[in-house]
This record gives sequence, structure tokens and C-alpha cells, in this order.
Amino acid sequence: MPTKDAEARPAGSVRSAGYLYYRHALAVRIMHWINVIALTILLLSGLNIFSAHPALYWGKSSYTGRAPIFEISAKEDANGDAVGITRIFGHDFVTTGLLGASAGPEGEPVPRAFPSWLTIPDTRWLAMARRWHLFFAWVFVINGLCYVAYSFATRHFSRDLAPTAPDWRSIGQSIIDHLRFKHPSGEAAKRYNVLQKLAYLAVIFILLPLVILMGFAMSPWLDSLIPGWVDLFGGRQSARTIHFIVAWLIVAFALIHVFEVVVSGFWNHLRSMITGRYRVEAGTTDETAS
Amino acid sequence: MSGCDALSRTEWFPRLLGAGEKLSQTAHHLIAPRKAMAQEFHEADRSPEFRSNGTAMPNSTAYQALAARGFTDYRLEVGGLVDRPASLSLAELRALPSRTQITRHDCVEGWSAIGKWKGARLSALLEAVGPKPEARYVMFFCADPMEEDGTGLYYESIDMIDASHPQTILAYELNDKVLPVPNGAPVRLRVERQLGYKHAKYVMRIELVRSFDKIAGGKGGYWEDNGYEWYAGI
Repeated sequence: MPTKDAEARPAGSVRSAGYLYYRHALAVRIMHWINVIALTILLLSGLNIFSAHPALYWGKSSYTGRAPIFEISAKEDANGDAVGITRIFGHDFVTTGLLGASAGPEGEPVPRAFPSWLTIPDTRWLAMARRWHLFFAWVFVINGLCYVAYSFATRHFSRDLAPTAPDWRSIGQSIIDHLRFKHPSGEAAKRYNVLQKLAYLAVIFILLPLVILMGFAMSPWLDSLIPGWVDLFGGRQSARTIHFIVAWLIVAFALIHVFEVVVSGFWNHLRSMITGRYRVEAGTTDETAS
Repeated sequence: MSGCDALSRTEWFPRLLGAGEKLSQTAHHLIAPRKAMAQEFHEADRSPEFRSNGTAMPNSTAYQALAARGFTDYRLEVGGLVDRPASLSLAELRALPSRTQITRHDCVEGWSAIGKWKGARLSALLEAVGPKPEARYVMFFCADPMEEDGTGLYYESIDMIDASHPQTILAYELNDKVLPVPNGAPVRLRVERQLGYKHAKYVMRIELVRSFDKIAGGKGGYWEDNGYEWYAGI
């Protein structure tokens, strides 16, 4: 990450023109893109797996005498067409086209929890979806462990991601800047801003470990490690619900992340995550006399 | 995503993905000991009704005739790589050392239900028949045909270590009552710590084998032959 700035900076040209700054180390770039692929496949195959039983519960089992808290189903209307129903805490919403019923092979709505274009494989195929999911779960976990080990070893976390005292003081300003889509430029753009740091740390140390742990909680074998540990999260079916919610929080993070990349210089950011080099614009370097 | 779907339909790619199963099995066995016990629950945790999934009444005249007579003619055949093949009536099965456990049944589809099971310890049965040293798997052959034409009898398999686990039982009671037909009467396997499809219902014959490569689809179970994992710990 932000390292070796001398390498790409021509001597004496700091304030004359923009220059390419070596922002992302090769290892981080590789692990970033592996993560993009793994998380995308995990989400889409996960939605196929969910479609095998599209209901979420809170408790130790699905059948506790209480209704599911979330359920996707389909019913037939007067014409015999499928109508998608999404029930949240007992309230029904018609969600035909997206949830419950969506376009089948001939374009007509057929009963299915998530639409074909949002699942791997595109048909309801639990066995194959599980193969994709449980293989790429390993890719994701091994990649994540490598990233954490690498980032501690190279002090990437402490140097680039841990908020500094000035960061904490600037948090109010950072929120205002984000809401105005105002982004740091010049030398300030070389560092992560405080909201960015906190978002990355929350994803790396809370959301991603939690989604993995809740995956483990669904495994009857891993539940036997310390019988009852799953109950700390409300029980096995609660863990499945948390797994599902956290997956969507990760999607929300990814959407905001891509949005921020787009509004703060899409090609510059994209290049820096491919070649490592990020262009720092000239003329606005006054706040960091380097 | 259509690329993913094309890959799903090749021969080699799903096999590559299947490496995840071996990895999970190895990691699980390293993390949780083979002899670790599945969580057991309180009476109050039991599901009001234990869901029946898959077959609710085997489409077989022989089975239905047995059921009509209350399984009085039922015999559990035990053979294969054993020293003393046996044929047990329900009364003989009930006379074996038993175990009662309230456990959670996790279906591969994502739902779960908690029930109280009573059954003969499989380890006690195996001790009685004397497995030969070369026996590696216990096969369970069932009464329910999975195809409409009456073929494709359900079957399952577990290894000798899971077979001798104290919670592995041949259940004949569910929630203090005789095991109902929709839940696998008269006898179903409970192999806690694995997913529901391993818990074969309507067990008629047990066979100890060295390998299941040549049995049915060769993958060790009906659902395994249809693409599901043999190791069903996750």
C-alpha cells in the first residue's frame, strides 16, 4: 500500500506536475482481486443454496413453534400466473419479478426465490451450488488468512489502516466531505481517510470473520467442537439468518466502495489496483510538505 | 454468469470444485475430534412436529405390506464383511444396548428440527456381528425407491469410525413414540454431526464393505450419486 513514494517520484518535479505514486503492493492487488472473485461467487451460489429453503428463523431450529422472520414464497393469481411474495416479520410484499417469482426460460414468471441472473448455477441446483460455495469458501478463507498475515508482517494495518489521532479529530469533517462527495486531492489522497479506514477495518475484522463463523455454525460437525457454542449466536438457525444478513452488509459495503471509487476518480483507482500506481495531482500539495 | 453455468455442466470442473469437500473433511477431522459429541438439547427445545422430508411412504408393495402388519415380520439383515451375519427382529434390535438423545437434524436444504431419538447403538450391533478387519464402510440399504418406477432404492454409507460413535444409533423411537412411517419406520439411522440425507430412513439391510465403488452409482449413497458430498459435515 502507500509505500516507496520515492520510487515513482521524479526528483525535483514534486510540485511541477502530477506523478504516479506506488500505492498498492503486488500482493495486496492480487489478494484484492481474488477476494472480488471469491466473494461474488460465494454470494451468487449462496443465493442458490438459500433458494432450497427460502426462509429465515430465529432460534435453535427451524421448527420452534414460531413463524419464520423472513420468507420468500410464490402463489398463483386468478390467471394461474406465479406471484412472488416476500414476508418480513409477518408483513407480505408482492415482489414478482425479483423475489418469489421471476422470469423462467420463456420469460414468464415462474416460482423461484432469487432470479436466475442472481444465482450460480442459474437453475435450482443445490448440489452444484454447494460445490461452488464450499470450494470458493476455501479460496476466500485462505486468501483472507494470507492477507491478514501479510498485513501484520508488513505493518500494512498499523501504517495504513489504523486511524491516527488527527484522523479521529477529523471524523466530523470527513463525514461532511463524504456527504458532499468531496475527496482529498494531491498529497492527502495518498492516505486513506478516516471513514475509509474504519470501513475497511470493520469489514476485515468484523463482517468477514462473522460471515465465516456463521458458516461454521451451520456445520453440524463444527458445532460439536464445543457443544452449545452456536447458542451464543441464538442457535443454529439464528446463525444462518446472521450469515444471510452479513452477506448483504458485505454487498452494501461493496456497492458503497465502488461508488466512492467512481466519484473519486474511477480510472485512477482502478489503475492503482491493477498496476499499483496512483496519479497524485500537482498543485494541491500544500498541506503535506514532504 | 453463463460462464459459470457452462462450467457447472462440464465433467472436470465440478470434480475440481469437489476438492473443497476433501479439504473440509480433513480440516473438520483436525478441528473436532472424531469422537466429539453432537450437542444434545432439552425437552423444551424439541420441535412441536418433526418434519418429514423426502419419502413419507415408500412406494413399495413389500414395504407397505410390512407396515400394514405393524412391522411384525420385519427383519434387519446384517451381512457383508462380518464374522457372524445376523437377521434381527424389532424385538431383538430393541434388546440391544440403546441410547436416547435429543439432537438437531440439519437438512442440506437449510432447515433444522430438534427431536428425541431412541435406538440401538450401532456399535453394539457391530460388536455382535464381528466386523472383519478389512471392513471400511457400513452400508445401509433402504426400502424406499427414489424413482417413480420403483427403482433407485435409497442407500447410504458411513465409515467405521462414525459407525462406532456413541451417538450413532438405529432409531426406532421418535419423541417417546414408535418411529412413524414418514420419519423412517421401523428403523432409521442417526449419524449426528452430518447432514440429514446421511440419516437413512427405512433401513432394511446393513452390509460391511471394503469399498462402495461398485455399488449403485459408486458414490456411497443415493444423494451422493446425484452430486451431493459423501462427507456431509457442512
